[in-house]
Amino acid sequence: MAELQFTSVAVKPASFPIVRDFWKHFSKNRGAVCAGILLLAVLSIAVFAPWLAPYDPSAQYHDAVKIPPAWQHSGSAHFLLGTDEVGRDILSRLIFGARISLMIGGVSVLLSLVPGVVLGLMAAFYAKWCDGPIMRAMDVLQALPSLLLAVAVVAVLGPGLVNTMVAIGVVGLPGYVRLTRAAALGELQKDYVMASRVAGAGSLRLMFSQILPNCAAPLIVQGTLGFSTAILDAAALGFLGLGVQPPRAEWGAMLASARDYINSAWWIVTMPGVAILISVLAINLLGDGLRDALDPKLKRMA
Amino acid sequence: MLKFFLRRIGMVVPTFIGITLLVFALIHMIPGDPVEVMMGERALDPQAHTAALHRLGLDLPLPEQYLHYMEHAVHGDLGMSLVTNMSVTGDFFARFPATVELSLCALLFAMIIGVPAGIAAALKRGSAVDHTVMGAALTGYSMPIFWWGLILIMVFSGWLHWTPVSGRIGIDFDEPVVTGFMLVDALLSRDPGAFGSAVAHLILPAVVLGTIPLAVIARMTRSAMLEVLREDYIRSARAKGLSPARVIVAHALRNALIPVVTVVGLQVGTLLAGAVLTETLFSWPGVGKWLIDAISRRDYPVVQGGILLIASLVIAVNLLVDLLYGVLNPRIRHTR
Repeated sequence: MAELQFTSVAVKPASFPIVRDFWKHFSKNRGAVCAGILLLAVLSIAVFAPWLAPYDPSAQYHDAVKIPPAWQHSGSAHFLLGTDEVGRDILSRLIFGARISLMIGGVSVLLSLVPGVVLGLMAAFYAKWCDGPIMRAMDVLQALPSLLLAVAVVAVLGPGLVNTMVAIGVVGLPGYVRLTRAAALGELQKDYVMASRVAGAGSLRLMFSQILPNCAAPLIVQGTLGFSTAILDAAALGFLGLGVQPPRAEWGAMLASARDYINSAWWIVTMPGVAILISVLAINLLGDGLRDALDPKLKRMA
Repeated sequence: MLKFFLRRIGMVVPTFIGITLLVFALIHMIPGDPVEVMMGERALDPQAHTAALHRLGLDLPLPEQYLHYMEHAVHGDLGMSLVTNMSVTGDFFARFPATVELSLCALLFAMIIGVPAGIAAALKRGSAVDHTVMGAALTGYSMPIFWWGLILIMVFSGWLHWTPVSGRIGIDFDEPVVTGFMLVDALLSRDPGAFGSAVAHLILPAVVLGTIPLAVIARMTRSAMLEVLREDYIRSARAKGLSPARVIVAHALRNALIPVVTVVGLQVGTLLAGAVLTETLFSWPGVGKWLIDAISRRDYPVVQGGILLIASLVIAVNLLVDLLYGVLNPRIRHTR
């Protein structure tokens, strides 16, 4: 009986006011709310891409090569944002590109979040055996500038969609490990952990059902900001020809050959970048809003 | 002080060994036979295959291979490029000045704009100036810089014809290489045309590479400045009747700049990662472009050596910033 009481007392009462408090702070931040709505829009575009896109993203219309956007003098109402160098509809490619970019972002955040949390908790809990090796390994990963580490991973695995996600996941890993470890070390000092321990909770239970929920706030913020970094890095890899490979409509890869058209077709150069910038900007705004709302200690900063 | 130095340096050693292990393992993690991957068709001949394995030292047991690699690495020998047959270390240091020149100019650009912008935003907190600066900083921070570079090339080179599209200097200038820094070499040759050409080639890449550090520096300066302006000694200085300009420059700025300088030091990683993109975009002959070219040519000794050298550089600079910070701020020295 005593055991049940201790564990339920520890988590429950905190959770509801947190949500209410969070929403109170978050909804006041108009920029972040707008960014959230914009992001939902991008997400819906990605989900419903096959129904929204006017054309197949890889269909080539050879009689409609390098058509400018519809509002330009020689534009055509059939191709709202114009066509590229082989006559593919840019709008459709951007719509399908949203799928790839958001998927890369989501999967690579998970690929670094899940192992990162586990390793971070292990480093905090089993400080004697795990802390040193895990943290030194993270030091090594962090010694390489992010994009260079991703480039190195791709150099080994070869380019492609899956390897891009793996590479970006590896790059993000140290951030989550450090964050989880620091947060968990802080929580471990608190009374409720001692109470659960006395009540007989095992290490696994302590880790995942007691401490992890209390470390969630910084992880959510880091995950959001990691999402935008992932999209940027994926686009950079695509641009370098080391990421998603060309016929696929990925925003960065669409820009890989754009340099050849700076004099003849500005829309080929401009459009994919605008899509990247808007998405990343929205995610960063949302991340800032989440950080301010979730973490009162950081509210004064930035 | 000495103890602090030794402890910090000691902390770096495992990281460095880890990097060498990682770089060493790189070639063994390539799926398939490394010789076949590197040499393609030529490797099909068994004799050539064995010879290549031997030349790369891949026929020895793994620990022995690693010791060999380290022994050579310590003597500055990171192998030969498979494509050019030149020493990897030599190639790296031939291109390194170009990257340093570009990065320093980018950092200079970022600081000249970022610090005053951050100060202005902090002083006029909540005003239109503040919102504009912070909005611009957030945009800069979210910028895919390779695209930003494309747009700048399109506008300034394509439409306005103000700047050249790529390279470090016009082809009609052939300045002797003295320092490897094109700006300095052009000055040394006393040819104003060459200097102008070098500057024109440098401007766009430096702006592109400096964009993200600029955003970071502006944000950091603003928050450090806000922090300092709240302090009691600022109020005392104002109460003494000092002019607002003097309070800001002589009292607030001096302390606000400590975290900013640290952030600048830690931008080295960002700059080197950005240099990969910027150099590729502008055909800037630095180490970033060299590394990307090596990857597409499967020139693995260059990839290994390049990554090892760049990582060592980042470790060294971070260590230096750390030590410097300890010298400037005694509280850091005595914690832990």
